[in-house]
Amino acid sequence: MEIRPILATLPRHRIPALLIVLEIALACAVLCNAVFMVAQCVIDGRAPNAIDEQGMSVIHIGGLDSQLAADSVARDLAALRTLPGVKAAAAISDVPLGPDATFNGFTSQPDAEATVNSSVYLVGKGAEQALGLQLLQGRYFTDEEYAQGELLPSHQSASHVVLINRSDAARWWPGQSALGRHIYSDGTAWTVIGVVADVIAQDPHFSGVSGKYSSVFFPQRPSAELGNYILRSDPTARARVLQQAMQTLGKLEPGAVLEGKTFADVRAEYFAGSRNLAWMLVLVCVVMLAVTALGIVGLTSFWVGQRRRQIGIRRAVGASCRQILAYFQTENFLLSTAGVLLGAVLAYAINIYLMRHYEVNRMPWYYLGGGVAALWLLGQLAVLGPALRAASVPPVEATRTV
Amino acid sequence: MLGYYLDLALRSFRRNKVLTALMVLTLALGIGASMTTLTVLRLLSGDPLPHKSAQLFYVQLDPYPKDHPFSRSDKLPWMMSYVDAMNLLHAQRAERQAAMAMTRVKLASTQQRPFFDDGVMTTSDFFSMFEAPFQYGGGWSAADGESRAKVVVIADFLNDQLFGGANSVGRNLRINDQDFRIIGVLRHWAPQPRFYSLYLGGPNYGKGEAVFLPLQSARAAGMGPMSTMSYAGGDKEVLESAPSIWLGLWVQLPDAAAMSAYRSFLAGYARQQVALGRFERSRFGLSDLMQWLDSQQVVPGNVRMQTGLAFSFLLICMVNTVGLLLAKCLRRANEIGVRRALGASRAAIFAQFMAEAGLIGLVGGALGLVFALFGLWCIRQQPAEYASLVHLDGQMFACTFAMALIASLLAGMLPAWRACAVTPAPQLKSA
Repeated sequence: MEIRPILATLPRHRIPALLIVLEIALACAVLCNAVFMVAQCVIDGRAPNAIDEQGMSVIHIGGLDSQLAADSVARDLAALRTLPGVKAAAAISDVPLGPDATFNGFTSQPDAEATVNSSVYLVGKGAEQALGLQLLQGRYFTDEEYAQGELLPSHQSASHVVLINRSDAARWWPGQSALGRHIYSDGTAWTVIGVVADVIAQDPHFSGVSGKYSSVFFPQRPSAELGNYILRSDPTARARVLQQAMQTLGKLEPGAVLEGKTFADVRAEYFAGSRNLAWMLVLVCVVMLAVTALGIVGLTSFWVGQRRRQIGIRRAVGASCRQILAYFQTENFLLSTAGVLLGAVLAYAINIYLMRHYEVNRMPWYYLGGGVAALWLLGQLAVLGPALRAASVPPVEATRTV
Repeated sequence: MLGYYLDLALRSFRRNKVLTALMVLTLALGIGASMTTLTVLRLLSGDPLPHKSAQLFYVQLDPYPKDHPFSRSDKLPWMMSYVDAMNLLHAQRAERQAAMAMTRVKLASTQQRPFFDDGVMTTSDFFSMFEAPFQYGGGWSAADGESRAKVVVIADFLNDQLFGGANSVGRNLRINDQDFRIIGVLRHWAPQPRFYSLYLGGPNYGKGEAVFLPLQSARAAGMGPMSTMSYAGGDKEVLESAPSIWLGLWVQLPDAAAMSAYRSFLAGYARQQVALGRFERSRFGLSDLMQWLDSQQVVPGNVRMQTGLAFSFLLICMVNTVGLLLAKCLRRANEIGVRRALGASRAAIFAQFMAEAGLIGLVGGALGLVFALFGLWCIRQQPAEYASLVHLDGQMFACTFAMALIASLLAGMLPAWRACAVTPAPQLKSA
């Protein structure tokens, strides 16, 4: 396809051509960033978490008398374990993605400064089965360690042992075994007795990227700190198990405030905001692409109408329908190319602005590639209708209205 | 003349129904999206106490050690320790002052299972300083606080829920399994954003707290703050003496003189604490309410991002409208030629096309309003804490039309300019 004649005619309708370029550029810039953010939301919402999420339910218990909490927790758990369908039950201070987050900074050197918000999980006896933790190295806590676990007045665990995430083990002791080593905070030290597959933080939005998979587990005997019961059952039975557990606890603890959820709901609620954002972005993108396509259709139809006579002349001197069609398609392709190039620059600029002012990562190049390809395709589809109409202009048009 | 232009515009709309509908729809979508996000943004970044916010100041001190600062970017801690808050409170250097912390309380009634709600632990000036209006009774005195009196002020919605809206002053309310005597019931009072609970662990928006308790009484009854941070290691059992920050301190300073006096008082206090060895840095902060909201970025990043997105969308819609208007007006070169030949000036042609664009803007604005109402309805279905508060008010209603008109006139300018540049002679010849 000869592009010189196309380039030669473009300056004759500068403004409509510029408008198409501008529209495509803006659409491309917004599309790339929006799709990138949707992808981030989806990846965020699916963040892996090495516990048995599908089989787990959580019951938050609040308002227990702290003096009597130890007895209550022990009694409630005993009752929960007898329920049909319950494979394991345990008490824990807060669950991953839960609302009562406790953060602390730990280091692998006694006097170093902590830079990561680690989620602190105080877990009661049996929590490893109830959570479905995956032990990679070492061992879980012994009954004795559970019985000794309590909180010091400094709000640090009085236990001397700790379970850590694989990510933390790799961060603190890269390439070495973490077992038997120590982590420190405020002058207290704990021995690492086991490493588990990565459990997600309690509030990853707060802890930030660095703390997303920084979770430490301390054994804790029954106490008021253990404000959540976790139940593990078959995924198909979890709703029934949760309902029964709520009834049982309601009778056992008439003075307590109970709130029960499946873990699937905990996750859905935690990511509800970003899920809504993602849907809104998708909606805006679809409408925006439709508007852009309609704009291209409108402008191209306009100049097809304007050039009916020229098209007729070309047809009369021997151009085929196919060549007329190709002419308009190539013209659109050239304009789209200019648009997407400008759009790609704009998209990067927006991305850099967002990175500076919001928690947005650098956009990988393939989002740009995808956006560019999408707009090229959109341009070609939008121009097809007007171009077909141009191609159907009969050669006799050349002789009319001279 | 305008009437004639509008008549011409209507005729041209009738001739090109699809194109006109397309322009109106495009503009309406852009306007609808921008108005929806703008309404949310306005709610979220509004002034919670419009006639008083300039007199209210948030006080910040820095008890953190130099080598373990509160933040790496040198921000001041956003809470205060009990010792400092009480020192400043008892100095009585401002017209009014109150320290506060948020808490979760278990409320019990005879009809239903106990439930949790939010509470404020604060000092006696809270109600007068923040202009919280009373329906029944009143607040407590400084002496009540010091004597740890078990009294409580409750919000209107809790009074409706537990006592059916009747005067409940003098009755008892069970909070965390202890009896508190109700001494006041507030009228509806929920300034948005919830400036005083910001960074104290409470919600940033929403219906507000159910109970207000004297700080010392609540602490004596075993209630704790929602958020605490420690600036040094050590015993954290007793928050009053622990190296922990967990209180917010607000002061009322009526004028600039009072503010500069308080500023120098704070500077003196911070220097004194350095001399005593309690602080290592004599930094302090005194920001008025709106500065404080601004510096703490109360508006969620998501919302600001959505607003940006909506406006880029509006820009795309406008470019699109420019294109369509241009296509439409250039197709009418003949008509323009005839009008010019019959004596219409360039200005008249320009005015005619601007009138046409303006009319599209008004219709687009009306449709955009429908889209905006739908958008706001969608937002109300979301789980965000501000969701139920989002409504379109009269100002935003007017703003919708103004924005639609401005957008369409801006979009109409280029086509109108092209139209008035049409020379009559060639058009008449070719016709």
